[in-house]
Amino acid sequence: MKDLLFKKALFTASLLLLLIGAGMVYTLFDGALPAFDAFGFFKFIGSTAWDPHPDREAYGALPFIVGTLFTAFLALLIAIPFALPVALFTGVYYRGTKAAHIIGAIVDLLAGIPSIVYGLWGFYTLRPWIIESGFSTGGFGIFTSAVVLAIMIIPYASSLSAEFLSMVPNDLKEGAYSLGATRLDMIQQVVFPFAGSGIFASFILALGRALGETMAVTMLIGNTNNLPLSLTATGNTMASVIANQFGEADGLKLSALIAIAFLLFILTALINLAGKFIIKRFNQ
Amino acid sequence: MKTVQQFLAAALSLLILTSCGAKSKNQTSDDGVVITAAGATFPLPYYNLAFKTYQQNAANDVTYGGVGSGGGIRSLKDKVVDFGGTDAYLSDKELANMPGAVLHIPTCMGAVVLAYNLAGVDQLNLNAIALEGIYQGTITSWDDPQIAALNPSVTLPKLAITPVYRSDGSGTTYVFSDYMSKASTVWAANKGTGKSLKWDFGVAAKGNPGVAGIIKQTPGAIGYIGSEYAFAVKIPSASLQNPKGEFVAATTATISAAANGAHAADSRQMITNSPAEGAYPISCFTWIILYKEQAYASREKNQAVQTLSLLKWMLSAEAQALTTKVHYAPLPTNVIEVATKNLDTVSFNGETL
Repeated sequence: MKDLLFKKALFTASLLLLLIGAGMVYTLFDGALPAFDAFGFFKFIGSTAWDPHPDREAYGALPFIVGTLFTAFLALLIAIPFALPVALFTGVYYRGTKAAHIIGAIVDLLAGIPSIVYGLWGFYTLRPWIIESGFSTGGFGIFTSAVVLAIMIIPYASSLSAEFLSMVPNDLKEGAYSLGATRLDMIQQVVFPFAGSGIFASFILALGRALGETMAVTMLIGNTNNLPLSLTATGNTMASVIANQFGEADGLKLSALIAIAFLLFILTALINLAGKFIIKRFNQ
Repeated sequence: MKTVQQFLAAALSLLILTSCGAKSKNQTSDDGVVITAAGATFPLPYYNLAFKTYQQNAANDVTYGGVGSGGGIRSLKDKVVDFGGTDAYLSDKELANMPGAVLHIPTCMGAVVLAYNLAGVDQLNLNAIALEGIYQGTITSWDDPQIAALNPSVTLPKLAITPVYRSDGSGTTYVFSDYMSKASTVWAANKGTGKSLKWDFGVAAKGNPGVAGIIKQTPGAIGYIGSEYAFAVKIPSASLQNPKGEFVAATTATISAAANGAHAADSRQMITNSPAEGAYPISCFTWIILYKEQAYASREKNQAVQTLSLLKWMLSAEAQALTTKVHYAPLPTNVIEVATKNLDTVSFNGETL
C-alpha cells in the first residue's frame, strides 16, 4: 500500500513537471501568435526591422538571433583553449592528485558565481581594458560579451569533459604505454578517440548555456537593435532584448518579444537535445 | 495578457495581505484603512516620502507598488487598487476601454534633461534642431557650426559626440520624444513619440543610472535623463531653447513654470514645448488615476472617503512642499485648482463625497 502511494506520488510529481513544461511552451506559442500572424513566421525570423513607431510598427528577430549565435559561438571558441587543457589536467595528467582537486574545485566555483557579478566585473574592469587597448571606442559589444560568456561557460565545458576523459578505461591507457607510447601519444591515440564525442557534447551543452545567458550580456553588449557584423559592433541577444524591453511593452511589441522567447526556447532545446543525443551514443 | 493580469492581481493581493499584517501591529486608530495603489516608478521617491509623511498624521496606511505605468493602468482596470499611477495620460481609446469613468489627478512635476560630459564646459545651450542632428547622426562633433551658433561665448572642443539613449522602454523616452516631435518636424516623421523608438546612432543603456553611467565615463557623450535622477547625482545638463526663444536650464522653478497658462479641464495635457514664459521645454506631469464612481469591487464607503482625503492632501501645500526635497517640482496653483475641482466630482453610489 505504502509502496503504491509512493509510486503514485512520484508519478504525479513527474507528470506535473511535464505539464508545466508543456504549459510554458503553449503560453509562449500563444503569446507569440499575433506577431507570427502579423509578419509571417519566416519573415519575422529573417527581418531586421525594429520600429515601434505606431504608424509603421514592424519587428524582426534576425539581429537578435545573429547576436545570440555570434556571441555564443565566439565565447565557445574563446573557451575551448582554456577548458580543454583544464579538463586534460584534472582528468588525465594529474587525475586523483591534490592539485587536480584544487583546480577542479576552483573551476567549479566559477560556475556558481551569479551572472550579475560577471556583468559587474565586465562593466567596470574588462570594458575599461578594452577601451584602453584601443580595440573599440565604447568598450561595449560582441567581443566584450563573448569574453565574459567564455569565462562563464569554461567550468561547464571543462568539468564535464574531465568526467568523460576519466572514463577512458585504464586497460587501454596501459596498453598504449606498454607499446612505448608517451603521454602525448596516449592522449592523441587513445583518449581523444575514446572520449572525443563526449567532449564534443560537453562543449555543445556549454554553448546551450551561453545562448540563454541574460544579465551579464545585457550589461555588456550595448543593447542596440542593429545587425552585429563585426567583433566591435554593439547589438542585442535574444535574451537581452527581452530583458530590456518587456517592462513597458504591450500589444504587438509584447507579442514580438514573446515570439523571440519562443524561438530562444526552441534553439536552446535543440542544442541541448543534440548534446544529450551525442552523450547517449557515447555511453553505448 | 490574461495570465499577466492574474499574476498582477495575485502579487497585489499579496501586497495587501502583507500590509494588513503590518497594520495590525502599529494601528493607532480604528477607522484607518489600507489604501492600495500601484503604478509608475518615476514618481516613486516622491510618493514614498509623501505617503510616509501622510501616515504620520492619518490613521490610514498607504502602499504603492512601483510596477510601471502600464501595470498601474492594468491594476486599475482590474479593480484591484484604490488608485493607479501613470506617467502618460490615458488616450481616448484607453479611457473607453476602462470599465468606468477615470479621473486624472496630477501630483507633481518632473522633466527630462540633456546631460553631457564636456570637460571645462559649464554652460551649454541646445535646441531641438541641434538635438535632432545629434541623435540622427548629422551633427557628429561638438565644434559643429550649428552648436557653436547657439553658444557664442563658449569654446567647444573638436570632440566626437556620443549620443546615449535608453535601451529599455521608458516614460523618459516618451516625454523626450514627445518634445522632439513637437519641436522638430523631421523627428516627428522619422522617429515619432513612444516609450521606445527606432535608433540608428549612438549607444544604448538601461535605466537612468545606465545612461548617466555611460555619460560620466565617456568624454563627448550626451544623453537624456529624468531630472529627478540628474538633480540627485548632480550631473551637468544643457539649457534648452523654449518656444519663447529663451535658453532655460532645468530647475524645479522652470519645470513648474512650464505648467503656467491654460490647463486642460481633465488634466490630460502634455506640457512639453510649453509656450509659457521661463518654461523648461521638456517638463512633464505624473498622474494618479482613479474611478470617478468609487463604489466598485465591493469597497466600503469609508475606503472611498479615505482615498479621497489622501488625494486631496496630495494637492495641499504641505505635500507639494515635499516635492523639491526629492528633486521633483511642485504643481502651480492653476493646475491644483483644476485637480481639486475634478476630485470634488468623485462619488460613491452616485452620491458626491
